[in-house]
Amino acid sequence: MNDIIKSINPSEDSLLIGGVNLRSRLFVGTGKFSSHEIVPRVLEASGAQVITMALRRVDWKNPQENILNYLPQNTILLPNTSGARTADEAVRIARLAQAAGCGNWVKIEVVQDQRYLLPDNWETLLATEQLVKEGFVVLPYMSPDLGAAKRLQDAGAAAIMPLGSPIGSNQGLQTKELIRILIEEISLPIIVDAGIGRPSEAAEAMEMGAAAVLVNTAIATAGDPVFMAQAFHLAVAAGRLGYLAGPGERRLKAAASSPLTGFLQEV
Amino acid sequence: MFYDQITEWQHRLPESSWASYSGVDVERVLAREILRPQDLAVLLSPAALAYLEPMAKKAQAITLRNFGHTIGLFTPLYLANFCTNQCVYCSFHAGNKITRCKLTLEQIIKEGEAISSSGLQHLLLLTGESRAQSGPAYMEKCVRVLRPMFASLGLEVYPLSTEEYQRLFEAGVDSVTLFQETYDEVSYAEVHPAGPKRDYHYRLEAPDRACEAGISSVNIGALLGLSDWRRDAFYSALHADYLQKNYPGVEVSISVPRLRPYAGSFKSSAAPVTDEALVQIILAYRLFLPRAGLTLSTRESPQMRENLLPLGITRLSAGSLTSVGGYSETDNVGSNQFEISDDRSVPDVVRMIRAKGYLPAFCDWVNMRAENAVGL
Repeated sequence: MNDIIKSINPSEDSLLIGGVNLRSRLFVGTGKFSSHEIVPRVLEASGAQVITMALRRVDWKNPQENILNYLPQNTILLPNTSGARTADEAVRIARLAQAAGCGNWVKIEVVQDQRYLLPDNWETLLATEQLVKEGFVVLPYMSPDLGAAKRLQDAGAAAIMPLGSPIGSNQGLQTKELIRILIEEISLPIIVDAGIGRPSEAAEAMEMGAAAVLVNTAIATAGDPVFMAQAFHLAVAAGRLGYLAGPGERRLKAAASSPLTGFLQEV
Repeated sequence: MFYDQITEWQHRLPESSWASYSGVDVERVLAREILRPQDLAVLLSPAALAYLEPMAKKAQAITLRNFGHTIGLFTPLYLANFCTNQCVYCSFHAGNKITRCKLTLEQIIKEGEAISSSGLQHLLLLTGESRAQSGPAYMEKCVRVLRPMFASLGLEVYPLSTEEYQRLFEAGVDSVTLFQETYDEVSYAEVHPAGPKRDYHYRLEAPDRACEAGISSVNIGALLGLSDWRRDAFYSALHADYLQKNYPGVEVSISVPRLRPYAGSFKSSAAPVTDEALVQIILAYRLFLPRAGLTLSTRESPQMRENLLPLGITRLSAGSLTSVGGYSETDNVGSNQFEISDDRSVPDVVRMIRAKGYLPAFCDWVNMRAENAVGL
């Protein structure tokens, strides 16, 4: 494992999803901001290439209210199916998004629990199977469960998006161990979505080997969203670099940087 | 059913207990992450009045985390004001001599177009309680003609049966708004002396029926000031909590209507809901129900609405008219249901929301059910 990592040149590091090589490993959401006008500045500071938005919040009737008119030209749109409670509704929203010209990427979000907004893995799998058949690049948002993730992989998902903690909770990586297992066992990119509240938590996810993170609430509700977007940009890049560099082992006791008997090894 | 909880708390919430809470109790509740019903009672007690500022700070933070800076906009459309009830606080009261009318489908299309041209895409349809004049079949026709014009259609009408809710859901209704008015059975009987609305239980269980019928969003509330507002606020929040727990897929919202002047002479014997009390209620709702929508109507003045907005409100009505046929000025304009306090235009309300640092959302829903729902 370590040898493979060492062979990656960080300056050539990229993430391949749906046939696209992404340079940025920070995905950003467009909800919860205080105005649409701030969104382009946030996106620029974040360096994000993939931007998610809820199709149900796209205002097609009022051009100044339509979030799509505030996104840079080269953005990869990741419409999400927020509001869907069943696989069928998610599929319908994905088709509407495609018909509206939002491309063929979709983040499946099927939620039947309005208190914690936890995803329904079963319905998510059904929607993934259907939309993959229809040619979508499917990124399912899910509760980090290895069995479900394997089935999503078999169904043809392009990446897996496990939650760190409930959406908007800013609680960080509460599901850390489960996500670590997904990173180890699933060959698809693992993108930590939801719950990341601070740049340090994004860095932590990246150091663990997550392929990317998706952040919305932590940026949108920050005192200064533009600075926070930049902070996440740096944290994700730093975490990724730390992962590629191959961190040293953790030990319980101190190990001197210049050991006294080091000369014995130098021969 | 929720009535069991009302009965249970009836004995645990005696009149005198509100005064038994102290500042220490409030501080203990403010330190909690997840609140229980007994904590809600503490927040509604007189002791909490000294803690409105820390409550407001916490309420605002919770709202931002859960809903961001977004304020959903909707407007009511009165379809008909025929009514067989005698609610003593309402202008549509069967005994009041007011202009009665109901809109024809042609007029409804005109009204819908007038509203739609203002940019609003969430519409709430209202009628008085008259199965003869504005029955479920009439509502269904109205829903079908309005469906293609709006992102979501809500229904604020008298309680219906599960089958009726089901039919209306299939026709394209997304949400149901229904206020219990008061949860106190004795007061309820006093202010509803005659008409089908006298049936307290049929009304209380209507949100359950709507949820069972597949409706994805329900909005409840008490008409604050009809009876003891502390008890009504307590039961309203407990009712919302009950609905959230029993129907996890349903978005539950709660409204905070205060009694308004109207064409009649009703004076409630209960203590009035002061501005301070209204703030306390909104904050208690938000802290107890972090994920519930909180709806504020044009019953409140512009100044009040601006100040209440950052405390946890997630939905505002805008450009509201409470008369039948008011938007497109058709010839048969019926009387108002109540006087609105905020008569500003939609652009003015939008400007106010932006000035407060919030984003007005004209659209946050896609109907995926009805055949003729908004395509893109």
